[in-house]
Amino acid sequence: MKNVQKQKRANKSLPFFFRDEFRVSLIITLISLALLITTFTFDIVPPILNRGIQPATFPKALLVLIIIMTLLVYYLATKNPWKVQKKLPKSFFLTLLSFLIFVVVSKTLDFFLAISALSIFVSYYWGEKRIIYLLLVGIIFPIIVFIFFETILGLRFPPGILTNIYYS
Amino acid sequence: MDNLLLMMAPLFSSKLLLVLFFGTLFGLILGVLPGLGPTTGGALILPFTMTLDPLSAIILLTSIYCAGTYGGAITAVLINTPGTPAAAATCLDGYPLAQKGEAGRALGMATVSSTVGGIFSVIILVFFAPILAQLAYEFGQPEYFALAIFGLTMLASIGEGSPIKNLIAGAFGILISTVGKDFMTSIDRFTFGINELTEGIGFIPVVVGLFAMSEMLTQSTLINQVFNRISLKAIKLPSKEDYKKTWKTILRSSGIGSFIGVLPAEGGTVASLIGYSEAKRFSKKPEEFGKGSIEGIAGAEAANNAATGGAMVPTLALGIPGSATTAVILTGLIIHGVRPGPDLFREQPDFLYGIFGAMLIANVLFFIFGFFGAKIFARITLVPNKILWPMIFAVSVCGTYSLNQSIIDVWLMLFFGVLGFFMRRYGFSVVPVIIGLILGELVEGTLRQSLVIFDGNWLMFFTRPIALTFFILSLIALAFPLIRSKNLKK
Repeated sequence: MKNVQKQKRANKSLPFFFRDEFRVSLIITLISLALLITTFTFDIVPPILNRGIQPATFPKALLVLIIIMTLLVYYLATKNPWKVQKKLPKSFFLTLLSFLIFVVVSKTLDFFLAISALSIFVSYYWGEKRIIYLLLVGIIFPIIVFIFFETILGLRFPPGILTNIYYS
Repeated sequence: MDNLLLMMAPLFSSKLLLVLFFGTLFGLILGVLPGLGPTTGGALILPFTMTLDPLSAIILLTSIYCAGTYGGAITAVLINTPGTPAAAATCLDGYPLAQKGEAGRALGMATVSSTVGGIFSVIILVFFAPILAQLAYEFGQPEYFALAIFGLTMLASIGEGSPIKNLIAGAFGILISTVGKDFMTSIDRFTFGINELTEGIGFIPVVVGLFAMSEMLTQSTLINQVFNRISLKAIKLPSKEDYKKTWKTILRSSGIGSFIGVLPAEGGTVASLIGYSEAKRFSKKPEEFGKGSIEGIAGAEAANNAATGGAMVPTLALGIPGSATTAVILTGLIIHGVRPGPDLFREQPDFLYGIFGAMLIANVLFFIFGFFGAKIFARITLVPNKILWPMIFAVSVCGTYSLNQSIIDVWLMLFFGVLGFFMRRYGFSVVPVIIGLILGELVEGTLRQSLVIFDGNWLMFFTRPIALTFFILSLIALAFPLIRSKNLKK
């Protein structure tokens, strides 16, 4: 309890633009505004074909509601600040990076290779240094999953360096 | 009598029994592993259910739901980390009791109260779901719209965390459901020129992302965390003394859990917290709570398992999910061409009562598995995260890809994983997003069709008694957190 109060006090001592509640509210509001502007580009149904409201009306109403509620969250947070979050560790950013690597490799090289690369990368940076276990999570297990999905569900994975060899 | 026979059908089919057996086993494993749970597990297994007939598929999902909810207690008692969010309240007394060398007694009580709570809720389900379905015949488009709004406001009101943040998350979930071609006019919305988005954003990438991938990111921040695991010799059935102390608590919590489950909220999580606090309020020895009270374990565990049957009531009778896992089950029903609602009760009673019976059997099965196998299941927690999570990633990626064979779905899953991580970090629950996504089409569709019926006159909503009742209940639900916080300040 004391820790939470300390964290809240620490948060209050920061300038408003550094506080989490301001940054989170700002991001939500900006994204919502951008999406709200996008709704004005939706096609308009001619009155003769239109039954009820236009397709853009419902999303517009939702986005306005989200913006109003976000401002309310910020207003309430000025009275009762959020607790300061701990800094994210290096392992988090490396895991995030591995997601990016996965997207790039799955798009350019191979889907299976992307799974394999991510598994080895994550397992290694999370502390697994034994080769046998890295092979297990990075190669043996993905192969089992791959074959399982392929045979049970009759799934065809996207083409790539390794999958092309397998399918040929 | 006919219905009772239909309920017993899974017992006479070796195939259904096998499905129940594996579903319960899989559910227990998922429940035991912290960070996973019946929602993620159900979503991951959804593509596999395509190889099964509809009854087997839904039985598989419901048995995972029942067993997974119980499984969380094993980890809560032995390593002080809830295997599922619904087992959070079990940690408060389960772990202190285990520290006193009574882990077997704590798990015995958790197993018995979970089973009683689960069976109680199935009885509620059997009696109340048909009544609710009968009432639903009176519902038109405006009533369904009002009901969906009531569901979302209840979720915000009694769900975990800030009600306004829950409402934002729910509205965001509905917004996701608007992506793709508008179902009334076929006009593209939020597709940004990406062809794959014209079909909309699927349920599986969102669920797996928000639950499994965001949890993977959370685990990445905890890689140096060390768990103190308490060894377990064997589960002990509660003694006569323990039964005397807890039978009222178990029954009360079963009632509370079933009621909370029926409301569209976070199901077991909220139910267990309320069950626990009510057990403390009614206890003759409230000072023992938090120090290893057997009543505390019974109160939390009976309530969270009782919420499973309760949450199935609106799911089957109205097509409105009572929890995140029932949202997955609802998706399973839709994928298999089964439309939940009153017609289901009239046209397919064998299907429905088969599910009810399977849930009853699943509760008995997890009692047996838990009682004889808790020691083995507890060992699953020894699998290190550095091995476990890359494996879960591989299954998540292939599972998400498999439903539509779309790589965009996999990328969306990763996007929602990152989003879910930051949502949780800043106190936004991810459950309302799931419920919002599943209710989105219903909310928009019924609103627009109602406005067509009313010729654009919004005020006509308030001339329909059932719709008006739901709107008033929604207002009460929104006011409830304000009243509660004022009372707490006093």
